Amino acid sequence: MSKLYTFLKYFFITFWTVFVVAPFLWAVSTSFKDFQSVNSKVTYIPWLDFEPTLEGWRVLIKSPAKGGVDIVEPYFNSIFVTCTASLISIVLGTLAAYALSRFTFKAGFVRNNDITFFFISQRIMPPIVLSIPFFIFLSTIGLLDSLLGLVVVYIVLLMPIAVWIMVDFFNRVPKELDETALIDGCNPYQAFYKVVLPNSIPGLIVAGMFCIIFGWIDFFFAFILTFTEVQLLPVKVVALNSSITPWWSLSASALVSVAPLIIVAFIVERYLSKGNLSGALK
Amino acid sequence: MNFKHKFVFLFPGLFVLIGILIFPIIFTIRLSLSGWNSYTPEMNFIGITNYIRLFTDDPRFWESFFRLSFLSVTTVILQYVIGFALAMMVWREIRFKRFFRVIFLVPMMTTPVIMTVIWRTFFHESLGPVNDLLGGLGVKPILWLSDPVIAKFTVIIVEVWQWTPFMFLLLLAGLLSLPKEPFLAAAIDGASPFRKFVYVTFPLMAPISIGAIIIRLIEASKIMDTVFVLTSGGPGTATETSSFYIYIKGLREFQMGYAATLSFTYLVIMIISLTIIAKVLTKLMIKE
Repeated sequence: MSKLYTFLKYFFITFWTVFVVAPFLWAVSTSFKDFQSVNSKVTYIPWLDFEPTLEGWRVLIKSPAKGGVDIVEPYFNSIFVTCTASLISIVLGTLAAYALSRFTFKAGFVRNNDITFFFISQRIMPPIVLSIPFFIFLSTIGLLDSLLGLVVVYIVLLMPIAVWIMVDFFNRVPKELDETALIDGCNPYQAFYKVVLPNSIPGLIVAGMFCIIFGWIDFFFAFILTFTEVQLLPVKVVALNSSITPWWSLSASALVSVAPLIIVAFIVERYLSKGNLSGALK
Repeated sequence: MNFKHKFVFLFPGLFVLIGILIFPIIFTIRLSLSGWNSYTPEMNFIGITNYIRLFTDDPRFWESFFRLSFLSVTTVILQYVIGFALAMMVWREIRFKRFFRVIFLVPMMTTPVIMTVIWRTFFHESLGPVNDLLGGLGVKPILWLSDPVIAKFTVIIVEVWQWTPFMFLLLLAGLLSLPKEPFLAAAIDGASPFRKFVYVTFPLMAPISIGAIIIRLIEASKIMDTVFVLTSGGPGTATETSSFYIYIKGLREFQMGYAATLSFTYLVIMIISLTIIAKVLTKLMIKE
């Protein structure tokens, strides 16, 4: 019984690992191929199955006029929009979460939980529902196809995440902490800034990581609200996909685009193993 | 404490969110009562004509909605089962624990549409590795993307690959935060691993499971990116989800008024059904 279980366990883990890694391996292999090795028959291992070339990677740094794919600018656009929107969401979300965790609000039948729910429930909103009015709204105020317009929209996407994680986190930070600070003569803002905030770094990091993940991977808003002036990375890669871009440069651009956040997987794992995440995620 | 301070903390966030959202929502409702399309791009008032059209004369929307329900429920169930299994396996000591944990987390860090671009080449019917390897085993080429039934399963495979890690993360974080005493008690009683799971681990995990399932259902109900790149809703309308259908009506055919009707109805259905699901799940899992 237990031998069978152990066998099944390792079998399943191996299977899943292969499943997770397969598309990456395929993309890495494809990125070194040339026309012959993509189109004649399916090939896998460089040198053994086909002669690797660097053509797919070279087009990444070429200018578009010379046949490059030009993903450098979208790359920086993506970084800018993700970081700015995450930062604003974290700041506003953390303040709101602190208020919801420490003070009681009453307005008619609305209580703290209802306000928290209002924040978090914004995730239910299907992007398509917002995209049509945003499209018209942003074009009226001239922010269609601009970075600023995207940042505004991304705040709606990310603030709920920040509030969700931080409310839970603050609920776990003992109230005595701020009470002591108040008795020691701090005003509520000093108590928050000097005492509570420094003790909330793990929560802030987790919230920050989630905001960055969900900002970085969003495609739909960027796709609808930008055209030619501003392009974000996912939109650019999808645009490559629908044009005649060969598989090798497509794979190379895709790999470059997903690479930075894989580091986040390591950070998340560190937090899990140290037990910091358990509190912040429940 | 002086009660004014609390508003200073709450209001910036609350008002920014409301400020950004209030216009789109009111606008959607107003737009849904208009006949705005590419011929008459103006905010006229046609009453509930659009709603009548939706409820009496638009089977395609309802089909896309049931398809979405099928896809999201199936993917979330698979993600929950697989995610829970994976989390259980790397919860306690196991060789290369941290390596496996990182590997299991990686897919959720990657951009869905960009990975789908790779999946498209992966499932390519003549040049992709899947059919090639299966061909080596003597299996006939499978029409991963152009058969109406199989295309749905291809979408499910990609979605499960992409989002099982999220389920895994939430469940593992939950497992790691469980108290030790119940497990000690079970060990003293000499409970088998299976009974331990059924009587100790699973009930303790119920609240976390519900949270994780609801969060994933909310996210899964927005399935759009993957479908958009993988199949563009095709073949025909075989993988078209509600969002995708609204997108076609609104931003390809420019029937803005009607698309707003669809959006608003869709949003209301989403809120109602997710609330009901949350209630039902809570009842089911807490009782056990």
